[in-house]
This record gives sequence, structure tokens and C-alpha cells, in this order.
Amino acid sequence: MTGRARDLLIAPHPVLTTTADPVDPADPAVIEAAADLLATLRETAPRTGLSAPQIGLSWRLIAFDAGRHPRSRSSAGELVVVNPLLAQASHWESGMESCVSVGGLAGEVARAGRIVVHGSLPGTGAPVTIQADAFEARCIQHQLDHLDGLLFLDRVSRALTLHHRPHSCDA
Amino acid sequence: MGLSALTVLGADRPGLIADVTGSLAECGASVQDSTMTLLGGHVAMMLLVSGDLPAEELGRRVRLPELVVTAAAVDARHDVCRGPAGLGYVLTVHGPDRPGIIAAVSAVLASVGGNITGLSTRLSDRLYVLIADVDLPAQVDVADLMRSLAKVGAGLGSEITFRPGEPELL
Repeated sequence: MTGRARDLLIAPHPVLTTTADPVDPADPAVIEAAADLLATLRETAPRTGLSAPQIGLSWRLIAFDAGRHPRSRSSAGELVVVNPLLAQASHWESGMESCVSVGGLAGEVARAGRIVVHGSLPGTGAPVTIQADAFEARCIQHQLDHLDGLLFLDRVSRALTLHHRPHSCDA
Repeated sequence: MGLSALTVLGADRPGLIADVTGSLAECGASVQDSTMTLLGGHVAMMLLVSGDLPAEELGRRVRLPELVVTAAAVDARHDVCRGPAGLGYVLTVHGPDRPGIIAAVSAVLASVGGNITGLSTRLSDRLYVLIADVDLPAQVDVADLMRSLAKVGAGLGSEITFRPGEPELL
């Protein structure tokens, strides 16, 4: 299915601070949303990840393609995951983040450098497991936070690391 | 050797910090604690400086035409480690911009003896963000404080998160 790119929500917006609902991966509306999320992600390149709340849907869907980023190591390729769940997290490290829904700000956030995420593929509902590290791990955790109504601003490690500057490590 | 507190504010340009600190070095002043950042395109510097020259003279030495400089004598360094150690937290507020956000949030923290040790606020389009490093006395009921903060946040139409920010001791 070919999706259509949707407008991105910019904070402050209530959908961006609301916990998203689990969805049925075989639901035609979810399949359409997954295609739209991917189409929107492709339009936001070089951004590497998006979540359904960022296109106005309070559903637990994320899309990412860490291979676009020069500092990525692992890369599962271009992927949409339904109802993703963080199963393992280790090797915590700090890094600067920004967000397409939080224009012009960047801050230091500690994230796990190695993660395991379980979820389902849209359409078939087939289970999928992603083992990610480095930038891909950071990108996925950033998207998972969106599903819980959190922005990277809610995880900035120290006040003085918040800056008025877009950063290349856009998750 | 006396201590002076200097503030320097001006339109940002490459070399501005080099000019200011160069002027201080030329008159034998030593920069102790300092913080420098950009506020809406203006560079803002706050410096605690030791040296033989009085504060007014230090201020005169660094005064460039495009800068606003203030200088004042400071009695002595305060010992930041006095009293029982507090617990470190980080507070984030984000939501629509409106007057009184800092005042409302800081009043809640002050009501329990919380001390803000670092604070950044940024306005990006319609989004206002406040992040504060906070030291709390060990006896504070943090759950109760978080309820108070959430109530204030709701009144401001903003989201508030409050989390431990203690550095790892290695």
C-alpha cells in the first residue's frame, strides 16, 4: 500500500502529551496509518524516525530508518512496528537529541545504547524483534517515548544542556 | 586579591568572548566560575573574577561599545557544600508560553526548601520550555511535591516532569 504524507504536529499539542492506544495490526485503518507514517518519514529525511502521534494519531505505531544516519551502526532498514515494546535496555550513554515536533531545540538525553524491542508488523501481524544499538537504539527509544506522551524535553539530563540549536542527531 | 562579579550582554559575534576574557587577562584578573550562553541571539556572560583591580575598574576594562557590562564587588565565595547534602532532581515544564511560569513553578519548589541550582528557559515558536536542576532537602515528601507541581502545571496548561538527576558517583 502506498501511503500519503501527513502534516506533522508541533508541540505544544495535546496528542503529543497523551499516551497512545494499542492497535490491531490487521485493522485496515492501522495498515493505512502505517503506510502514511512511512510516507511521512520519507518526506522528513534526513530525519530517521517518526511515531503515529506526530501525525495526529494516538496509536502505538512507530517508523524508523536509522540507516540514513551517518553515526548509525545497527540498522534494521526502513521499518514500521505496531505495538512496540522495549524488552531489554543496557549500555546507557548520553547524547544530544532534537525532534521534528520540537522545532529548534536540542538537549542532552541518556539512552540505552543496546536495546531489544518486540512488536508486530502491520498487515500480517507477524511478530518482529529488533536488536538495535548506538543511534538506531536512541532513535527507537525516542519514538517509544512519543507513544507514552513524552518528549525528549522530559528526559533532558541537566538544565544547561538545553540549547536553541537543531542537532544532527535528530531522532 | 578581591572578588568581582561581572555580567556582560551583547549581540553575539565571533570573537566576543575572546575580547572580553582577553581584556581581563591583560589586567591580571583570573576568571573563576563563569557561565556563558546565548539568549535570543545575545551572548550573556556571568563571571566571578579575582584580581587586584576593584570591580568598577574591571568593568571599565572590558566595556566595549556594543556591550552592556555590570560589575560589583563580591565578599567571598559561598561554600556550596555547607549543611546536609540535598538530593538532585531535574524538572521539565513544556507548554504554551504565558507570563508567570517560572514564578509559579519556583514558588512550589521554594515552599519545600528546594534550591534551583541551574535553570534554562527557551521559547521556540509557541512552545515554552523550562528545565531546572533542583536540590531538595532529604526530608521532602517528593510524591507530595510532584502532586503540587502537577496541579500548577495543569493550571498553566503545561506538562511537568520531575525526576532524579543525581550524578553517578564513581
